[in-house]
Amino acid sequence: MPKLNSYSDLRKLQEFINARRDPSRTCITVCSGTGCLAYRSQDIYGAFERELEKHELRHVVDLRKTGCYGFCERGPIVVILPEKICYLGTKEKDVPEIVEQTLVKKKLVERLLYKDPATGDRIAHMDDIPFYKHQHRTILASNALVDPKKIEDYIAIGGYSAAAKALFEMNPDSVVKEIRDANLRGRGGGGFPAGRKWDTTKNAPEEPKYVIVNADEGDPGAYMDRSLLEGNPHSVLEGLFLGAYAIGSHEGFIYVRQEYPLAVENTEIAIRQAHELGLLGENILGSGFDFDVTIHRGAGAFVSGESSALMTAIEGKVGEPRSKYIHTAVKGLWDKPTCLNNVETWANVPAIINRGAGWFRSIGTENSKGTKIFSLVGKVNNTGLVEVPMGITLRKIVFDIGGGILKGKKFKAVQTGGPSGGVIPESMLDIPVDFDELDKAGSMMGSGGMIVMDEETCMVDTARYYTDFLAHESCGKCVPCREGLRQMLRILNNITTGNGREGDIELLEELAEFMQVAALCALGKTAANPVMSTIRHFRSEYEAHIREKRCPAGVCKDLISYAIDKNSCIGCGTCAKNCPTNAIYEIRASAVSKDRVFAIDQENCIKCGSCYTVCPDKARAVIKTPVRSFAERV
Amino acid sequence: MSTIPLEIDGRQVAAEEGETILEAAQRNGIHIPTLCYNKQLKPYGECRLCMVEVTKGNRTRIVASCAYPAEENIVVKTNTEKIAKIRKMIIELLWPSLSALAKDYGVTESRFHSDHTDCNLCGMCVRYCSEVKKLNAVYFKGRGINREIAVVPDLANECIYCRDCFTLCSGGWIVDKCDNAYTSLSK
Ligand code: SF4
Ligand code: SF4
Ligand code: SF4
Ligand code: FES
Repeated sequence: MPKLNSYSDLRKLQEFINARRDPSRTCITVCSGTGCLAYRSQDIYGAFERELEKHELRHVVDLRKTGCYGFCERGPIVVILPEKICYLGTKEKDVPEIVEQTLVKKKLVERLLYKDPATGDRIAHMDDIPFYKHQHRTILASNALVDPKKIEDYIAIGGYSAAAKALFEMNPDSVVKEIRDANLRGRGGGGFPAGRKWDTTKNAPEEPKYVIVNADEGDPGAYMDRSLLEGNPHSVLEGLFLGAYAIGSHEGFIYVRQEYPLAVENTEIAIRQAHELGLLGENILGSGFDFDVTIHRGAGAFVSGESSALMTAIEGKVGEPRSKYIHTAVKGLWDKPTCLNNVETWANVPAIINRGAGWFRSIGTENSKGTKIFSLVGKVNNTGLVEVPMGITLRKIVFDIGGGILKGKKFKAVQTGGPSGGVIPESMLDIPVDFDELDKAGSMMGSGGMIVMDEETCMVDTARYYTDFLAHESCGKCVPCREGLRQMLRILNNITTGNGREGDIELLEELAEFMQVAALCALGKTAANPVMSTIRHFRSEYEAHIREKRCPAGVCKDLISYAIDKNSCIGCGTCAKNCPTNAIYEIRASAVSKDRVFAIDQENCIKCGSCYTVCPDKARAVIKTPVRSFAERV
Repeated sequence: MSTIPLEIDGRQVAAEEGETILEAAQRNGIHIPTLCYNKQLKPYGECRLCMVEVTKGNRTRIVASCAYPAEENIVVKTNTEKIAKIRKMIIELLWPSLSALAKDYGVTESRFHSDHTDCNLCGMCVRYCSEVKKLNAVYFKGRGINREIAVVPDLANECIYCRDCFTLCSGGWIVDKCDNAYTSLSK
């Protein structure tokens, strides 16, 4: 493709591409996000190529590799456009049948369709599947429409028109104003208004200025930024470009975790293609504006997502937070004004410029506008990436989109905001999801991790788990965070092993409060959230552990033992076969009966819980009992 | 050169351009406890002992005075109840290394199990070596609760054995570290 030298060149290219594309034409899209690739979706793509060839359909049917569809758990996902027929869990061997049936005979392959767990009905269309039906996909929707490795796909759907519009029809001030009016808030954590940040950088006296994409997603289990960069890298680049133009920056950085090779690869390709077309580099579209972007691969420590740490890392030093009483917007990278936003925030920008602040403001709540992407994981039936309008209730996310709790168990809590977020209990499931409401509930939006926990989750153990994670992932620079977490972890370990003491809860609270005010960076200031929120909502569980040496959820190994209820045991012996230490032995059910039942030798039991898991549902003979009551029985 | 008027503990003081609150206080004879601050080195912000309350307009924040730049007309309080609470907690967390300060704040014991080493990770040795000596004989290793001070294995090549860091180290830890490294080297 030749270099584009003007706005009309871009328009012409878009028309040229679209003239050769027929939206009513069948297009098979094969998800090629990290999740589906792990299930060998590339082989499925290859099989489609062969089958289409075989049926001589190559000229009437399009085939496209796309970014992540979000429903990764049910991958690999194949969606046939324009009808949006959605096949889940597709395998290479299913491909001939799909081509034969759906493409040739216009019939559905029933067994690959979504099955409603309640009614058993099959659902053919993507938008009717509950997981998708309740979402509001403004950003993720484009993932289905583009091959992330092809800039022409992005241009076909109007890509870079926001950049061109800004260059030729708007001045930098009006771009900032649009973002301010939209009230776009940072999607990476604190929810700071992006427009205000841009303004500060723009008005900072020093030059040069920098713009940065923070793609250092460190929350375990969260991958929204990764999916955006992998699936639609140009939208992030265009957003960054708009920011650069607005604040007067000519150099941008994308800080990506080393562990995201596909994101790095697709972003590299995107930058190269944008260069070739003259959408990056010097004199962009003949406007006289220059802008370039470099990828920086980070070593991927949780703490490097903290903005000042990330900047020190780009400078080539050890990525450690530093005091920033002067904002990085004024003194950031190499002490120059720097505007840093996360992937999702930048990805929102082109849509706002294209569709206007009013459109963006029409979605969401009073102070939280637009949509938010969450990574919904844990004990729910449907897991994956979900994009919802701000203000939706947690209940809707967990029960409508997520399809409720696995195995019909009871909901207990949902952890939002990643490791340094907090838990939200059942009683608060109806709060609207927005920045301020989550804060009020003692948690936070964070970057959008959402972990659902069922009744079999111990909240003290949960707090211990996150505290342990943070104790090892903080940088360890300042006393409150390093020593505070060290002591919190010690106390929580004590409580979960039955060594908790009266006063521990109060001491944890005191430490938490101290860390909130005294820690150096945002990581340390929020590191006590898991402890604070679990104490706040589940204090009685802490008390049970400390006073009665009892774990109500039956999780803390030192406080439970497994036993077999003689009356329920059907003598199948499954547990004995699965016990790794051969601690389960056979006994006679009673002095008179010949029936066998099983029992557990407590001396040899390592409390792995295998017996509990394998005991058939019709028996459910393995029970968890508090250690003490067991001791009393013997 | 213009000066910056501000109030510290009820006194009007004048800070010089570029000074931090801590520096302005020290020059005016107002004492703020510190551990990781050294005037030869860049502010670091590890110990948080120097935290003070700063009121600017109608907003009050608690900040590390060694890093916070003196600003016009801010009101600084160096020893409020909140601040004392923070310092007491730091004393307990680093117990028993801040024994002198513990007396000032009436702390007689720690509620925590002290399982850290004598090194409080103030980084004085590391920063002095790199910022002043322009060498890197000492460095931080590990992160989070596993962070520690380490000396480069072939210390003899990096370290000029000026021993300056020995005098900066409050816990004497660096002396042990270096001496051990030398002893094992000479073997
Ligand atoms: S708060 Fe934690 S992560 Fe932040 S600088 Fe201090 S030790 Fe490092
Ligand atoms: S698996 Fe259950 S029913 Fe079967 S022997 Fe073990 S306890 Fe009894
Ligand atoms: S060895 Fe001494 S100077 Fe170095 S960090 Fe530890 S306490 Fe500070
Ligand atoms: S002197 Fe240690 S944080 Fe200021």
